Amino acid sequence: MSTTQQSVVSIEGVTKTFPHGNVTALQDIDLKLEPGEFVSLIGPSGCGKSTLLRVIGDLIQPTTGTVTVNGKPAHKARVDHDYGIVFQDAVLFDWRTVARNIALPLEMLGWDRERRNARVAEMMELVELKGFGDHHPWQLSGGMQQRASIARALAFEPALLLMDEPFGALDEMTRERLNLELLSIWERLASTVVFVTHSISEAVFLSTRVVVMSPRPGRIAGVVEIDLPSPRGVETREAPRFFELVTEVRELLRKRGEHLFPEEEPL
Amino acid sequence: MRAAARAGAVALVVLVLVGLWELYRWIWTSAGWTWPFVVDATSMPHVWTILKAFGQPTQVNQPALGTLLFHKALFTMKESAVGFAIGAVVGFTLGCLLVHSRLLQRGFLPYLVASQTIPILAIAPMVVVWVNPKLPPSLQGWGAVAVIASYLTFFPVLINTLRGLQSADARALELMRTYAAGRWSVLWKVRVPASLPFVFAALKLAATASVVGAIIGELPSGLQSGLGGAIINFNQYYSLEPQELWATNIVAALVGIIFFVIVVAAEKAIVRRPPETAR
Amino acid sequence: MTARLTRKAGEWAPALAVFVLVIGAWEGGIALFHVQQFLLPRPSDIVRAFFTERHTLWPAGWYTFKEALGGFAAGSTLGIIAATFVGRFKSAGTAFMPIAIAANAVPIIAFAPIFDVWFNPLSPVSKMAIAAVLCFLPVMVNTLRGLQSASPRQIELMRSYAASELEIWRRVRVPTALPYVFTALKVASVLAMIGAIVGEYFGGAFTALGVLINSDAQIFHFVTAWAGILLASMLGLSLYGSVVLVERLVVRWTPAAGEA
Repeated sequence: MSTTQQSVVSIEGVTKTFPHGNVTALQDIDLKLEPGEFVSLIGPSGCGKSTLLRVIGDLIQPTTGTVTVNGKPAHKARVDHDYGIVFQDAVLFDWRTVARNIALPLEMLGWDRERRNARVAEMMELVELKGFGDHHPWQLSGGMQQRASIARALAFEPALLLMDEPFGALDEMTRERLNLELLSIWERLASTVVFVTHSISEAVFLSTRVVVMSPRPGRIAGVVEIDLPSPRGVETREAPRFFELVTEVRELLRKRGEHLFPEEEPL
Repeated sequence: MRAAARAGAVALVVLVLVGLWELYRWIWTSAGWTWPFVVDATSMPHVWTILKAFGQPTQVNQPALGTLLFHKALFTMKESAVGFAIGAVVGFTLGCLLVHSRLLQRGFLPYLVASQTIPILAIAPMVVVWVNPKLPPSLQGWGAVAVIASYLTFFPVLINTLRGLQSADARALELMRTYAAGRWSVLWKVRVPASLPFVFAALKLAATASVVGAIIGELPSGLQSGLGGAIINFNQYYSLEPQELWATNIVAALVGIIFFVIVVAAEKAIVRRPPETAR
Repeated sequence: MTARLTRKAGEWAPALAVFVLVIGAWEGGIALFHVQQFLLPRPSDIVRAFFTERHTLWPAGWYTFKEALGGFAAGSTLGIIAATFVGRFKSAGTAFMPIAIAANAVPIIAFAPIFDVWFNPLSPVSKMAIAAVLCFLPVMVNTLRGLQSASPRQIELMRSYAASELEIWRRVRVPTALPYVFTALKVASVLAMIGAIVGEYFGGAFTALGVLINSDAQIFHFVTAWAGILLASMLGLSLYGSVVLVERLVVRWTPAAGEA
């Protein structure tokens, strides 16, 4: 695959308050991501991890502070298509086949048909969906839909990949398998990944760094460097160092999160 | 407070419509355009002329048009209300019966759909002749019209009841099975509550349909006491007194809107739905 | 292939059975119970009249069908355009919806005589106008609802591609709205025919089906009148059927939501 430009994300002093309900979703977030890093954001509900992801993607504007992606302001990065995003739902279009769904960003970028088709074929091979191009989304299982969604996000080989609990709706076995697939894709493309998750083991398994966040107001409680060796595989999950790191993250969550089951705020 | 704002908005809309009417009239008469139709005092009377007509009698020694139309409106509303009730009950009951049998659905639904393509205006005289002798004298005449109104009402209620009953959460139905609940118990406890939003959507359509059905039903039956009769009457001497037909139409429109509003109010009172998620 | 055919046949079998039973009972019941011919002639008589009177009936049906078709096309097109317009300007949409809903509650049919005054009662335009007005509202309301029902996640996705409003419209809102539009068109197709016929009641050319049915009934030619009703119903169903066919061609995906 072609070389991907590596991305630098710089978040400085970002605060986000939502006017109605006076909620401080994010407060004084400072974070710097090195090129090629795999960073997970983890924390209880209401800690602002999804909000932070969207701030990086310029889908939400911060109240104060700046976000720089690749040396540009986040807004310009979005206009320049510098990142791909994956949501928890596959968010595929029912009226398009799987192949045309994956081709969507390429159409938006104005690629010609030949180039598009070639890339779509590549991507489907990468996420192991070969042969399903002519199917419609509803004909695929949840895991397959999510793979199509990842293929779409990677189609134009963005330097930055934003993922909002992409495997949250899947069963654990599918999730572990997709984790491995994601890691191999990440290594191949050498992109930077920001990954929001609820699962401590998933965060530790995938990342180079785990950022623990706490709620009310949303802030960074702590960062855990993950020094597990690469490439990671099934045996990584059974290594003693893995459990140590999981415990470290869990302790951080418990201490700073205050409760194990934070109160849900009614809508 | 909100009711006052709502009333204000309605008044504003009415004023805007009146303004547009007069403006259109003024532009077209000044420019002398004949497309899409010639504009003059007959084809588009002034709003004020129409309003004034409410206060005047149509014939010597008759009550004012407003009073006349009021009574006719009540008569038509009576027919619509009864037709609405009959149609709603029939539609709902049929829906509750059909939901239990795919076979019956496949057998009968195509015809129920096709039934709506039959122009009721054409079969209205037959319905009147058939139904009237079967009714006690006090119900004759308008009773047949109520039946015609119910014909237009039952179909949307049936279709939506069916969809609503079928929309019950599969897991709730499973739960009822663990209670070994009988078919009718499941119907009452789970399906019917699930169907209410759908049924009310249909009732809103049915309210208008019943008014339309009543007016249409009156036309061939020669009933003078309702709005349909008034429409025929005033249509006949439209060229002399155009504002009377317009006044009748305004009253007919109001009747339709009033029925609709009643159903909406009933829905608010009965169905407590979780708030619609913001789009 | 044959498996699908047999399945389709199985689906239609109950309806067919009902048809046979009802027609049989009708035919027999008339004879048995001496029902007045005026109320309900025998199906065999109706069908016979359908063919023997075809020289007046069928052209009349075509004449009225053209009115309905014209009204359907005009009303639906205007409805879609209006909905697109209102959908683009969101503030207009929220202000407009209650008006549209209230307008839907007005019995349009009461305005039929006025349309006759505006457009010559003998001209098909007056009936087309009624059909058009009847079609306009359901199409507009449903199209608008369809345009507004795009999932917010899909919109967010498009924003991540820095898509313009026009592109979001083209790629997300319009495809999402299509199932809604077709539902409304199905409703409108039935209304159009009915509107044309009811409009003809107040006056129309003698070559029109509604007028024909009415005059036949008035001179006690009930069997012919019923044949005319049969024709009207068939024409309404054929328009409905055409819309269903077009829908099958255009909307080839399972709608996520969208049945009104």
